[in-house]
Amino acid sequence: MASPPLLALRGVCKRFGVVEVLTDIELELRAGQVVALLGDNGAGKSTLVKVISGVTPADKGVIEWEGSPVQIRRPHDARDLGIATVYQDLALCGNLDVVGNLFLGREIRRFGFLDEVEMERRTSQLLERLTRGVPDLRAPVVSLSSGQRQTVAIARSLLGDPRILLLDEPTAALGFEQTSEVLDLVDQLRDRGLAVLLISHNMGDVKALADRAAVLRLGRNNGFFDVNTAPQEQIIASITGATENVPRRMAHQEAGW
Amino acid sequence: MVNGMHSEADGTRAAPPAPTTKTRRPPRAAALAQVIEGGVVVLRRKLSAGELGSLPVVLVLAAVWITFQSLNDSFLSPRNLSNLSVDIVGTGLIAVGIVFVLLIGELDLSVGSISGLAAALFAVLNVNHGVPEWLALVLAVLSGTVAGTVQGYSVAKTRVPAFVVTLAGLLTFNGLMLYILGTSGTVNLDENGLVAKLTSHYFTNDAAAYSVAAVATGLVFLVSHHGRRRRMAVGMPHRSFRVIVVRTAVLAAVAFTAAYLLNRFQGLPLALLILLVVVAGLDIVLRRTHYGRQVYALGGSIEATRRASLNVTGVQTAVLAVSGTMAAIGGLFLASRITSVSQGAGSGLLLLNAIAAAVIGGTSLFGGRGTTWSAVLGMLVIQSIASGMVITDTPTAVQFMITGGVLFAAVVIDALARRSQEAHGRA
Ligand SMILES: Nc1ncnc2c1ncn2[C@@H]1O[C@H](COP(=O)(O)OP(=O)(O)O)[C@@H](O)[C@H]1O
Ligand SMILES: [Mg+2]
Repeated sequence: MASPPLLALRGVCKRFGVVEVLTDIELELRAGQVVALLGDNGAGKSTLVKVISGVTPADKGVIEWEGSPVQIRRPHDARDLGIATVYQDLALCGNLDVVGNLFLGREIRRFGFLDEVEMERRTSQLLERLTRGVPDLRAPVVSLSSGQRQTVAIARSLLGDPRILLLDEPTAALGFEQTSEVLDLVDQLRDRGLAVLLISHNMGDVKALADRAAVLRLGRNNGFFDVNTAPQEQIIASITGATENVPRRMAHQEAGW
Repeated sequence: MVNGMHSEADGTRAAPPAPTTKTRRPPRAAALAQVIEGGVVVLRRKLSAGELGSLPVVLVLAAVWITFQSLNDSFLSPRNLSNLSVDIVGTGLIAVGIVFVLLIGELDLSVGSISGLAAALFAVLNVNHGVPEWLALVLAVLSGTVAGTVQGYSVAKTRVPAFVVTLAGLLTFNGLMLYILGTSGTVNLDENGLVAKLTSHYFTNDAAAYSVAAVATGLVFLVSHHGRRRRMAVGMPHRSFRVIVVRTAVLAAVAFTAAYLLNRFQGLPLALLILLVVVAGLDIVLRRTHYGRQVYALGGSIEATRRASLNVTGVQTAVLAVSGTMAAIGGLFLASRITSVSQGAGSGLLLLNAIAAAVIGGTSLFGGRGTTWSAVLGMLVIQSIASGMVITDTPTAVQFMITGGVLFAAVVIDALARRSQEAHGRA
């Protein structure tokens, strides 16, 4: 068999109070592949992202990194593994400027003090690679447009040379041009060997970009598809619940990929 | 001096839209026009983005000074200004701690009680029990640190808003102070002691005030110049040399005028020097260190701070520890000013004035915006009104109403600035 996946979830459960939001989730991410995570609103996609990024750790189940179990209890653990996340709500500090947000928690220091010059230089380098509409680097993020904020959040996720990128609806707030910038970026990152988990409601983008798709429905796996071969109707049927009778445990199918 | 250093602090974050020097050197008048034009662009951008900074408070201060000076021309006399500069120190130091707490979007109601507790502890230890002054002073300051740390840790762990926890602290520490003072009521401090000297000592040598002004101006110039050189070296947008010179010149004018006026009375007050050094130091901590960045981040979004792997509990605890410490230090200065500690220490308007000073100075009640200099500027406004009222024989009732009006205006400006920023983002 091929090498173990970079990241694998086995039987992951998450509950908030009495509500079980995720039940027995299986998922595999491999280097150099884009996996689309699909599902209706409230299916648990964002919660799954937060489980993987350590924001709301799993209650049950195993997370494996390159085949061996790891603990992701806090955002710090995920970051140390090389997991970077663009959250649906972006998780930016509106009062900090672009540079401050990009480097929050990993500021470059010089003689113990923040090295604003170096941080600003790297920020502008990174943003120039990502987008044509580079925002004012010293403006507080709250005063940027939602598209610019999205770009800032994406830029931040790339800063620490991650191995896995989790993108929770990264193009929802973007116009046509910026959307294609982001999709091109995802393509490049895959070619550079990153594993990408992409949440999107746009089937066109998913078809164009993803290698595989995993569907969640009401907090459970509801099908895995090879995007290149599976008919779009079948995927949509799985999202809307027209095909509920997919076996709950998909582990054997996951392993078959 | 105060304002000059503050605006320098502000400007470094917001690099002006690069009036670079790479272009051919324009003639003098055109160059000046260019500087002014650049300034106007920056100002307009800041206004539309809701970043007013210290502009409103400087205008209010100017209005207050002009008004009282026209009513009574002893208001801007060296004696009155010098006294003013010492009177702001005690409450100003407490307000600096409040700035930290406001920055994380919380409120500390216990600072008045902690300041009284620290003063009482010092007085009883030193005067009644003969503990050496320096030791009593250290213990008094540490009592504030401990009180703040306990409150901060409770806030972080219980997730109860700080104003609730510190309301309990307000009562507890006030009770503790009364307990420590016991039946003795008022304790008089040694008139020639260390604590009394904090506000009674003046550097009478003219050179002292001028050297402080020179050193401050020189440092600000060197830092901006060095920053500009580094930015140029890596090809980043940077301020033009003229802008730096103009800014330094404004700072120098303010600093040397202040030094001149202070020297015409009794020289540089030790208390003012301490205030300026503490405020400048903490300003650097807030804006130039990893710790300070976390404080601002927490005020922006707790959730975003947490997701950035930062230690939210640690920062919350540390911030309330700072405000407790500053409250204790401020309390010692207040006791020093009257060389006694009574059962009323730290009560009355002290807490409200400290909070009002921070807010009037431009620190946001919504968290995440403000600097330590706002405590000094706000305190200058409050104390100027108080002093002007005394000089012009106006009743206290009017003083309260005016100060209340200024505070209300500051809160409205704060709210409008916030709204304007958000609207800017949606546009
Ligand atoms: N912190 C929380 N506490 C309680 N319920 C939550 C919480 N976060 C999400 N949920 C619930 O979990 C379900 C899945 O939400 P989410 O993961 O955001 O879905 P999606 O991203 O797929 O739209 C929803 O029903 C939502 O109400
Ligand atoms: Mg979601």
